[in-house]
Amino acid sequence: MAGVIARRRRNQRAFRWVVFVVLGVFFLLPLAAMVEFSARDSQTWPLLVNWPKLSDTYPDLADGIVASLEQAGLTAVLMLVLLVPTAIWVRLRLPRLRRTVEFLCLLPLTIPAIVLVVGLAPVYAWVTYFLGDSSSTLVFAYTILVLPYAYRAIDAGLSAIDVRTLAEASRSLGAGWSTVIVRVVLPNIRSAVLSAAFLTVALVLGEYTIASLLNRTNLQVSIALLGKSSATMSVAVSLAALLLAFALLLLLSLAGRSRKDSK
Amino acid sequence: MPEKALAAPRRKPRGTALLGAVPFFGYVAIFLIVPTLVVVIGAFAGTDGAVSSANVEALTNGYLLDAFGRSIVLSAVSALVGAVLGALLAYALVTASGLVRRIATSAAGVLAQFGGVTLAFAFLATIGLSGFVTVWLHDHLSIDLYANGVWLFELPGLILVYTYFQIPLMVIVFLPALDGVRPQWREATESLGGSTWQYWTRVAGPLLAPAFLGSTLLLFANAFSAYATAAALVSQGSPIIPLQIRGALTSEVVLGQQNVGKAMALGMVVVVAVVMGLYSLLERRTAKWLG
Repeated sequence: MAGVIARRRRNQRAFRWVVFVVLGVFFLLPLAAMVEFSARDSQTWPLLVNWPKLSDTYPDLADGIVASLEQAGLTAVLMLVLLVPTAIWVRLRLPRLRRTVEFLCLLPLTIPAIVLVVGLAPVYAWVTYFLGDSSSTLVFAYTILVLPYAYRAIDAGLSAIDVRTLAEASRSLGAGWSTVIVRVVLPNIRSAVLSAAFLTVALVLGEYTIASLLNRTNLQVSIALLGKSSATMSVAVSLAALLLAFALLLLLSLAGRSRKDSK
Repeated sequence: MPEKALAAPRRKPRGTALLGAVPFFGYVAIFLIVPTLVVVIGAFAGTDGAVSSANVEALTNGYLLDAFGRSIVLSAVSALVGAVLGALLAYALVTASGLVRRIATSAAGVLAQFGGVTLAFAFLATIGLSGFVTVWLHDHLSIDLYANGVWLFELPGLILVYTYFQIPLMVIVFLPALDGVRPQWREATESLGGSTWQYWTRVAGPLLAPAFLGSTLLLFANAFSAYATAAALVSQGSPIIPLQIRGALTSEVVLGQQNVGKAMALGMVVVVAVVMGLYSLLERRTAKWLG
């Protein structure tokens, strides 16, 4: 019996090595190739960290970067303002609506972004009419896009605490509903709110479909445009954007893990 | 008990409580429900505003049917390849040490989100016409990757690129099922004289089958609704349905064809909804067997 187990362990180790090496090459090769490709022109990387010169040489790219940062920040704010009070309110006062809210929040998962764009085009005709065609108006669509992820993060945070008891305790001490939400419940779901905001930023920085088809600009749209004129530069910017998104998401998943471990 | 605590607010008029949910429902109505209705109603609206099935019938046109077929082939093949390789990787992670597993699952979480323009450019830098691997193979082994035509911008290339985000997604969704397999089951098989082959085909295989099928369906839906990667990679022609929708949105539309884009969009929603429905059925079975 001991011999069988030892042999199985050896087999498993060999299997593990084969899988890790083969898939490791598959996953790392494109990243390595991006490094090599973007380094073919020695001017590329110095230019990328020199913002004044970059915005001079590639004004479209600079516009895209600024637009994406704006969209990411605004979407995170709008998502939090819309979702956090609603999620708390529904739990406290409208428990019957909880399933409806959950359903609506998860609905965008079954509607591909390309389909959403088809339906959003007429809605955005009105948005353009009232608010102009600035790229920041994409925030409305992006908030819908991040709803499923943000909702799950916030809902998990709310499930982990006893919202009702907290609310009743503070109400009995004379707090109004806004105080309950902002000063009692919110601080208790800080980490959930933070991870929802992180996910939002990462998703918005990677969005291309809606921005390009509604004729607005952001980072991804400008990278795609750049790819037509300067391949090296576009690969370098892709790599930089990718590393930023990796860092954001890795930070998020490690933070989430250490929170679970410390419990 | 909570029921009693609920009684106090319930005596108040419900209207004020409902007011608190108005901003959320209003917002979702404008930016999610209205667009969905635009697609559904538009798909059945004729040019004169009357109800018509012409748009949906247009889907059976040769080139649109082909695009749907290619979309399904692309999603199915990339889902199958991703599911098999992802399951192998997930199994390797289950047998690995805790640290390796933690790093790999974090990386999978990140890579599963990696799609779109940047992924397309990553593959252009790798096996594009002047990509790293293409050039290296040509210079060192004198192998021409594209001797039989440039396949990167066609279906085989899309399948390869999609696999890059399908494998990590499979790892994420399949790992919990593998964790549900108890070592005692293997020990029981062995103590009854079963071989490794019998264990996998008679015990673990059937137990994991619903989870594997369900995950594959999820991967299918994921590939089917992907747009950005294909859009950045394929600039000429519209081999798959999301790119056909791009064409319908951006180019001058033929008179009487304005709503065909909406019919295509509706078709995509129907496919995704059916696949996701099957997925949740299988998910329930998985929860029962491996929960």
